[in-house]
Amino acid sequence: MAAQNLKHALFCAFITVIIAYPILGLNLVAEGTSVKLEGANTATVVNVFLAAVAVFLFQVFRDNIMGVFGKVPNLNPLAKRGPVPQEKRLLMERVFFVAIILLALIWPFIVSRGAVDLATLVLIYIMLALGLNVVVGLAGLLDLGYVAFYAVGAYTFALLSQYFGISFWLALPIGALLAALFGFVLGFPVLRLRGDYLAIVTLGFGEIIRILLNNWTSLTGGPNGIGGIPDPTLFGMEFGRRVKEEGNVSFHETFGIAYSGEHKVIFLYLIALVLAIFTLLVIRRFMRMPVGRAWEALREDEIAARSLGMSRTAVKLSAFTIGAFFAGFAGTVFASKQGFISPESFVFLESAIILAIVVLGGMGSQVGVILAAIAVTILPELAREFSEYRMLIFGAAMVLMMVWRPQGLLPMRRIQIELKEQG
Amino acid sequence: MLEVQNLSMRFGGLLAVDQVSVDVQEHEIVSIIGPNGAGKTTVFNCISGFYKPTGGKILFQGQEIQGKPDYKISRLGMVRTFQHVRLFSKMTVVENLLVAQHRHLNTNLLAGLLKTPDYREREKKSLERARYWLERVGLIDMANWEAGNLAYGQQRRLEIARCMVTEPQLLMLDEPAAGLNPAETKELDQLIVSLKEDYNVSVLLIEHDMSLVMGISDRINVINQGRPLASGTPEEIRQNDDVIKAYLGEA
Ligand SMILES: Nc1ncnc2c1ncn2[C@@H]1O[C@H](COP(=O)(O)OP(=O)(O)OP(=O)(O)O)[C@@H](O)[C@H]1O
Ligand SMILES: [Mg+2]
Repeated sequence: MAAQNLKHALFCAFITVIIAYPILGLNLVAEGTSVKLEGANTATVVNVFLAAVAVFLFQVFRDNIMGVFGKVPNLNPLAKRGPVPQEKRLLMERVFFVAIILLALIWPFIVSRGAVDLATLVLIYIMLALGLNVVVGLAGLLDLGYVAFYAVGAYTFALLSQYFGISFWLALPIGALLAALFGFVLGFPVLRLRGDYLAIVTLGFGEIIRILLNNWTSLTGGPNGIGGIPDPTLFGMEFGRRVKEEGNVSFHETFGIAYSGEHKVIFLYLIALVLAIFTLLVIRRFMRMPVGRAWEALREDEIAARSLGMSRTAVKLSAFTIGAFFAGFAGTVFASKQGFISPESFVFLESAIILAIVVLGGMGSQVGVILAAIAVTILPELAREFSEYRMLIFGAAMVLMMVWRPQGLLPMRRIQIELKEQG
Repeated sequence: MLEVQNLSMRFGGLLAVDQVSVDVQEHEIVSIIGPNGAGKTTVFNCISGFYKPTGGKILFQGQEIQGKPDYKISRLGMVRTFQHVRLFSKMTVVENLLVAQHRHLNTNLLAGLLKTPDYREREKKSLERARYWLERVGLIDMANWEAGNLAYGQQRRLEIARCMVTEPQLLMLDEPAAGLNPAETKELDQLIVSLKEDYNVSVLLIEHDMSLVMGISDRINVINQGRPLASGTPEEIRQNDDVIKAYLGEA
């Protein structure tokens, strides 16, 4: 046991050195036209060495340290309690939703423009996470390329507006349906795969879409992206200082108020809020419908589900398509918010972040996912000084979560159908 | 209605089922018996499409079904239970029955979102059907329990109810009496007979409990080490020398 620990610890320390030294220590220095490799300075060498020692010590005393972790009282007060009766739980959830929606409604009128903008981003992530939650949390399919459907939604709007002058409101359903179609077409061959294989194929798909967008320069503008994406209008009223399109009127003139850039930001926020609530309610309804029960049944016992005539492909495909649909939704809003999109917004890291939100939130639980989306989007903004270490903090948070609450913030408790007394 | 002809199933070097033939007519209870490892469950797995048989033919209502995917076979009207109970244990008892009826439900997503009259109607009907069967198998008081919290005997009955709500023509039961006490076995005996008499379901039964098998079967097939050993009425089987030898040799 001890010897094994020692060996393992030595190995870990060794890996630390060979990974950390080249990354932190070696520098490429441009000297005129040639590039020279420069060795590490003493401080870095010492630091890498100290890091290796730290890793070594941690691995040697790993059991003891983890033991202490286990003794730390559980930080989450909900953890030790038994299951709450369904009615009470539903009531609590409803109170939570109403409270957060009320807060969200007054939010734009009490905070700065930047905070409203950030809140819009949070709402977009909530939509994405709720959508991915269907795929990962409810249907149990590990999708690492979810961002592809987000990109489909965003690019659909960008391209439609660029080439056909189609407005936000028309592009919204088209983008979502097109993303859903992509989900359906991709899912059809792929959903036969299981677990890890599915994860790898979806990962590949996400990258293919991004690379396609990057290289199909004639259509998508490649890495330069697409700009000039119009803002949403309110019954034909534009929010810009001047009306861009013939026949439209501007919002501030209609109401006879002074122009303010804030109107637009708030309007976009409210649209995102409405769509996020729509997403929440629709998915909540799905969970209580036959399709929601089918997801659960197939996840719990696939063989039993199939023996009752349930087609694995059809059921999983429905989850995949629905998830993609809401990603398309979020993508359209995102394109409209940014006014400019490029493939850079749809890298694998985005998929990873959305997945992390779902996992942190507690797979399947909508309340948990919403809280996690808020936390994951806002915390990095609050800790701007540490933005370089964002991924590091993120990783550390994930590790801590896995130690303390592997089931996520609020693990899912499905809404169960009850048979009422016959009366 | 079911005709299994010369079914064979090979796992690598092991011929688990070798030229077995079974048939079930309308309104009949047919049993498959045999010592442990004889290949009974494997026969079930082939019929229900979980395994693709390596030889032989399976006809259901005159239609060849060997090699078809399991869920399609189930939709033709034959459902099975499992030797080791397979319930959706985190779902409630009534939800288990609703999942089984998904084909009777309106699974159109829009219909569900808008709660169309047809959707409500079917949802209501399947709840009624679930209630009926829960009363029938004596589980109505546990309707809102999580299935995993039921006692073993109750889980077995729920599994049968779950098959029945799909309204099958042929019910395949894999050792339904395993783990039941004598009183429960007797109830099960009556339930199976009633399924045949009152609901016009044919039953294909695998069972070790000899008194149960002899009592309710119309015909019995004996297999031993994958090969058919004998078949006939309970009376014939009881007096068959090969069967007696195989069972005595086993014991
Ligand atoms: N998937 C499989 N792969 C390899 N061998 C298998 C497989 N399934 C069953 N077998 C083998 O086939 C033989 C028959 O098994 P089967 O489960 O059909 O027996 P059984 O008659 O149902 O026995 P029991 O009364 O114990 O349930 C056994 O030797 C078993 O090990
Ligand atoms: Mg068996």
